[in-house]
Amino acid sequence: MTPERADGLAVKRLEGLSGWGRHPLAACSAVRPERHRDLLAVQGPRLARGRGRSYGDAALRSDGTVVLTERLDRFLEFDETTGILRAESGATLKDVIDAFLPQGWFLPVTPGTQYCSLGGCLAADVHGKNHHRAGTFSAHVAGCGLVLASGERVVCGPEERPELYWATAGGMGLTGIIDEVALRLQRVESAYLKVKHQKAPDLATAVRLLSDPAHDATYTVAWIDCLATGSSLGRGVFMAGEHAAQHEVSLRFGNPKSCKPKRQKRLPFDLPAWALNPVTVRLFNSAYYAAQGSKGTFVSRYDSFFYPLDGVLDWNRLYGKRGFVQYQYVLPTAVAEEGTAEILGRLSHSKRASFLAVLKRFGPQGPGMLSFPMEGLTLALDIPVSPGLFELLDELDGIVMKLGGRVYLAKDSRTGREVFKAGYPRLEEFLAIRRSVDPEGLFSSDLARRLGI
Amino acid sequence: MALELAKRGHPVYLAGRDQEELARTASDLQLRSGAPVWVGEFDAGRPDLHSVYFEEARVACGKIEGVVLAFGYLGDQGRAEQEPDEARRIMEANYNGAVSILLVAANYLEAEGAGWIVALGSVSGDRGRQSNYIYGSAKAGTAVFLQGLRSRLFKSGVHVMTVKPGPVDTGMTFGMEGLPLLAQPDAVSRAILNALDKRQDVVYVPWPWRLIMAVLRAVPEKLFKRTSI
Ligand SMILES: Cc1cc2nc3c(=O)[nH]c(=O)nc-3n(C[C@H](O)[C@H](O)[C@H](O)COP(=O)(O)OP(=O)(O)OC[C@H]3O[C@@H](n4cnc5c(N)ncnc54)[C@H](O)[C@@H]3O)c2cc1C
Ligand SMILES: NC(=O)c1ccc[n+]([C@@H]2O[C@H](COP(=O)([O-])OP(=O)(O)OC[C@H]3O[C@@H](n4cnc5c(N)ncnc54)[C@H](OP(=O)(O)O)[C@@H]3O)[C@@H](O)[C@H]2O)c1
Repeated sequence: MTPERADGLAVKRLEGLSGWGRHPLAACSAVRPERHRDLLAVQGPRLARGRGRSYGDAALRSDGTVVLTERLDRFLEFDETTGILRAESGATLKDVIDAFLPQGWFLPVTPGTQYCSLGGCLAADVHGKNHHRAGTFSAHVAGCGLVLASGERVVCGPEERPELYWATAGGMGLTGIIDEVALRLQRVESAYLKVKHQKAPDLATAVRLLSDPAHDATYTVAWIDCLATGSSLGRGVFMAGEHAAQHEVSLRFGNPKSCKPKRQKRLPFDLPAWALNPVTVRLFNSAYYAAQGSKGTFVSRYDSFFYPLDGVLDWNRLYGKRGFVQYQYVLPTAVAEEGTAEILGRLSHSKRASFLAVLKRFGPQGPGMLSFPMEGLTLALDIPVSPGLFELLDELDGIVMKLGGRVYLAKDSRTGREVFKAGYPRLEEFLAIRRSVDPEGLFSSDLARRLGI
Repeated sequence: MALELAKRGHPVYLAGRDQEELARTASDLQLRSGAPVWVGEFDAGRPDLHSVYFEEARVACGKIEGVVLAFGYLGDQGRAEQEPDEARRIMEANYNGAVSILLVAANYLEAEGAGWIVALGSVSGDRGRQSNYIYGSAKAGTAVFLQGLRSRLFKSGVHVMTVKPGPVDTGMTFGMEGLPLLAQPDAVSRAILNALDKRQDVVYVPWPWRLIMAVLRAVPEKLFKRTSI
């Protein structure tokens, strides 16, 4: 029998809990409220965990209790005139899409996976390929319910208790547990996108395509071949997308507002650590560059466009047992290209294979105190854990810090306090608000302790 | 279960004790499926009110096509061995309460001359085990009751299906250690509805439990009592 908790909730020991990167691993105690009331009752040192799609240690709490929100995933209310959906925080983006896309509604902002929770998206204040136009997730939230350390539930939003709201959006679960989110959905005519791919033979071209109004679109992003060197350094494929109007979707797709569900694939085993090495990645990258770069304009299903990685459910096992690190930084516009060139140079010099490298231009920074995006360029890299990697990442951190950028907490598992503090100048403001709602510091995470938050 | 039914376009009436939670679940079902959803009272421990609860449901829905019995109380075996009250709660929820409400439902559907009943039993009812024999015996009693009910209602075109789930990942099992083959509730629900489509009489979910329980039932008592199962 598991030990009794004061709040009467059953505890489950999760020995090797981790984020999506499967590094680091932590032993955590978890509770899982099955009713909304149970969520209000949870006591003691704790931390909300959504679907564990953050990469590092943001959703880990080895010295307290992890509160799993996954069973509180109900839709509570939908207003057709405003498009505002009020839902419990454990609902996933996929839940929202499956229910509302057939009625012509889509997420206002979406990260690259639909398997994350609404609470996780607000807590990390996630961004999508439309950040330069739409801002972050929190800009589309009318309000949220927040269960504080005392067990009291308050409502906050851009209008109501704005300080608490802007500390919670991007606050990585450290202000309390978000129990409900009121998200403003956007109207779309179809479940498809008009997509245009273009080769960018070098970094300068990729940056220009991302920044040039003539090439701009609602959604823009560039895939980067980070093993390319010399004059091809930073070459990639620029991808732009617009929601397709109904008449633009060929009749052969059937109902334009829905797509047949894809068959989910699974990896039957962990790939051995050597499988993703510079040679295989180089081969893949060249093939990908040639094939994707020449695709021109085409119509794509929403899931192929937004969630290409979701096609294989547990693709994180590709990186073998040791796991991987996602490194994502943003640099201010003025120094972004030069800094990115320097980072890509270091990376290709180190001969480390990053299978996935995505470059994106961010629009203006939002009001979230610990939100990641700031105006400039962001690059996300997936790198398998291997000897020497952390030293390399420290070097990259040095470049980011020197140039006034920051790293993304939702992806982080290893950065240092100095880099964090330099990158997030509103930390003190955040801490003051957090102290006012959680004086005893009941909400914390392995990430927070590591970074001294 | 309710969500799967609603997604198939069935109007759903949720009956239970916790009205606040039921209301949240009802909004969810409605928004995800578009089907009409009502909520109402039901307490297995109040058999005196069972016909009232059922009538309330009938009035709300107009007509009842089928009934899913999905309540149950696992309780604490260790405590039940010491405290008669806990043992009584286990028996009352899983046997008395089930029989009482199912008789009300059966009479209604019999008169309608059509419909179905799906009742959630448990693999625990297939063999008494020292770890949960009070719960198991109540589930076993209900299973025998359902056998009889099935024969009685067969003549009026009402189908009765007994479901025997293995461990399912719900609040009932969260935190328990050493549970083999923990199934997900949504997968279990779909399997149950597929079995109902085929008008199966007794279904194990996930299906390997049929084999596992066949083996477990075949172990002679002489031997079984010496094991720690
Ligand atoms: C394939 C992939 C692609 C991705 N692409 C992007 C992208 O394009 N843009 C982007 O911004 N991010 C991206 N991410 C990161 C992901 O969107 C975020 O990490 C998001 O927070 C994950 O949500 P989750 O529900 O899994 O949260 P978890 O990982 O479980 O938790 C993340 C953080 O949120 C907190 N939290 C979770 N739920 C609550 C709650 N109810 N109340 C309070 N705090 C809570 C946790 O404490 C933790 O600090 C991607 C991740 C993956 C795996
Ligand atoms: N989970 C498993 O591993 C498993 C395995 C085999 C069989 N089963 C059976 O499957 C069914 C569903 O179980 P579950 O896993 O969903 O269990 P659960 O999570 O514990 O839920 C049990 C539900 O039954 C309700 N209930 C309990 N006693 C009641 C009473 N006296 N009157 C009215 N409602 C009552 C509870 O309502 P309140 O919200 O009001 O408490 C709750 O909604 C049960 O019959 C169970 O015995 C479960």
